[in-house]
Amino acid sequence: MPNRRSLIAAAAGVAAAPLSPWRRAEARSTTPGVTATEIRIGNTNAYSGPASAYAVISRCHAAFFRMVNEQGGIGGRQIVFLSYDDGYSPPRAVEQVRRLVEQDGVAFLFNTLGTPSNSAIVRYVNQRRVPHLFVASGADKWGDYRQTPWTIGWQPSYRTEAQVYAKHMLDRNPDARLALLYQNDDFGKDYIAGVRDVLGDRFDRVVRAASHEVTDATVDSQVISLQASGADALLTATTPKFAAQAIRKVHDIGWRPLHFLTSVSVSVASVMQPAGPEKGIGIITAAYNKDPTDPAWDNDPGMNEWRAFMRRHMPGADTTDINYVYAYGVALTLMQVLRQCGTDFSRQNIMRQATGLRDLEIPTLLPGIRINTAPDNYHPIRQMQLQRWDGTTWRRFGEVIEGTRV
Amino acid sequence: MEGFAHQLVAGIATGGIYASVALALVMIYQATHHVNFAQGEMATFSTYLAWAAVQGGAPWWAALLGTVFASFAVGVAIERVLLRPMRSAPVLAVVCAFIGLMLIFNSITGAIFGYAVRPFPSPFETSAPLLGGLVSGHALGSTAVTLAVLALVWAFFRHTGLGLAMRAAAYNPVSARLVGIRVGWMLALGWGLAAAIGAVAGVMVAPVVFLEPNMMLGVLLYAFAGALLGGIDNPAGAVAGGFLVGVVENLAGAYLVGAELKLTLALAIIVGVLLLRPSGLFGRAVESRV
Repeated sequence: MPNRRSLIAAAAGVAAAPLSPWRRAEARSTTPGVTATEIRIGNTNAYSGPASAYAVISRCHAAFFRMVNEQGGIGGRQIVFLSYDDGYSPPRAVEQVRRLVEQDGVAFLFNTLGTPSNSAIVRYVNQRRVPHLFVASGADKWGDYRQTPWTIGWQPSYRTEAQVYAKHMLDRNPDARLALLYQNDDFGKDYIAGVRDVLGDRFDRVVRAASHEVTDATVDSQVISLQASGADALLTATTPKFAAQAIRKVHDIGWRPLHFLTSVSVSVASVMQPAGPEKGIGIITAAYNKDPTDPAWDNDPGMNEWRAFMRRHMPGADTTDINYVYAYGVALTLMQVLRQCGTDFSRQNIMRQATGLRDLEIPTLLPGIRINTAPDNYHPIRQMQLQRWDGTTWRRFGEVIEGTRV
Repeated sequence: MEGFAHQLVAGIATGGIYASVALALVMIYQATHHVNFAQGEMATFSTYLAWAAVQGGAPWWAALLGTVFASFAVGVAIERVLLRPMRSAPVLAVVCAFIGLMLIFNSITGAIFGYAVRPFPSPFETSAPLLGGLVSGHALGSTAVTLAVLALVWAFFRHTGLGLAMRAAAYNPVSARLVGIRVGWMLALGWGLAAAIGAVAGVMVAPVVFLEPNMMLGVLLYAFAGALLGGIDNPAGAVAGGFLVGVVENLAGAYLVGAELKLTLALAIIVGVLLLRPSGLFGRAVESRV
């Protein structure tokens, strides 16, 4: 239901534009945040607090939409991008999203950051039936089209990632036994779900899992227990500090499993260097974006397009930061949705188009990865490519692998 | 069996971490009869100072020494500036001040040094783990340092006039003042010493758990369990308690309750000790007549 403020805003927009009476009627009947001249998009990000390294994503979006506006906007409308700071705090995310929806009257939310923040707002936005597009979080639950039909993710979920690892492990050795070290929260448990998707009934026989809490001092004890189980493969699904501890401990006790590492904890500076770069040689992880530091993309047309954008619209930004590549890719996906909307920017149609993407190729995604969505598929990216740590950098190998359809 | 030995040694290594922080907790309790909840975050901040000094090219032991003195000064300053006005405030107000301090130190550390996970160098690093991968050189070295600090603390309280004066000031402030001890300054000294011990603990912990602003968050809880188990008024007991908690936590987590309940175990120790034997295993029961 449109509230008073959004009606006033819409009326003001109409009054300002010299339009025929017929156009005016049409404009008034449309969605909050959509007038004949503009589309309002809402976003929250952690501009302050512990996760503020991600703030560059929303800064990149703002620059991207400025570029779109310079080029004439979308459907004859200018994009108004409103992005607020939630400090990575769920209560503040709720506050800011209510402000975006009820006071600013945005048409939809786009790429709101963080699993905790999005978990706090998902019920509200679904009750209000506000499209909640391409959530910036790898949690699998954004693909739950039955419970939260107005919310959709973008990047491969942790569960998809775990499926990719399990598939590769079985390819290498059908009789492999897997040890699973996971953080005891939604993030870690997504990996259990993904491995279970692939192994099915065999899960209990093949997998030995050990959890840890974020308050634990070390995960040494868990690593020792997992080694004692006799497993020959290990999946480490935990945050950077514990991942670095696990890599070091696995090496120090002389265990040499086929080691998979969550893509959350592959930072060279925060994980591989602290653990000791030589201790992690052979570790496998998965990727879906083109890495801006990978020389393979130096002359890649897709990455050149991204570099040209960065040079022109984000001068001075750190172009080794993969968050900018991520932001550009997800913004391009949104542009495809808005183009598909044609002239109908109702919330229903925005959601229909967001769930009607067919084989969309994004220049910053790894070759072979295509975005597909459907009313019963809210996981836009379901493919990843494996890469291996060689002591100094991550090297991609093999074909793109698709997660299992659940 | 080899797994058991690994768990045992890993438990002793982790226990050493808890023991060093527990020692700092006891130190401040000895001097002020309060448990400082900001102890962990203050130690983290000190560790960052040492890290910055090492990055700046200072030799490792010089960085440690400088950090210990700087932390001592910060500890004294906190008592003088922030806690002195609260000396007659109710205990709950003091607890609130401690929690405030914890949040302040945590945020300041993050704001100055960032939230990235960083490696911290250890002077005891060996090229390969010792005893067939059982134990790292750092685990042995840091345990030795913890025990050395314990010996220093014990000697200080037992054999120096200043140590005696500090104990007197904490135990009976009124009588201490009557015999000419400057009770206010004794409290400040206690804060300074606790901060200095915390700095040593932080520098010993950081190479194991990696340096980041929240590194002491979990450790403090286990250290508190260790200090209570050994006796909050007994430095040697607290160190023994810290080691014990580390070993029990690991063995129980691996063989009895499972990894999910390791943290619960620490909380159960705290509650259990307070219910059954509030003075801890090695503490003295204090009876007060009212």
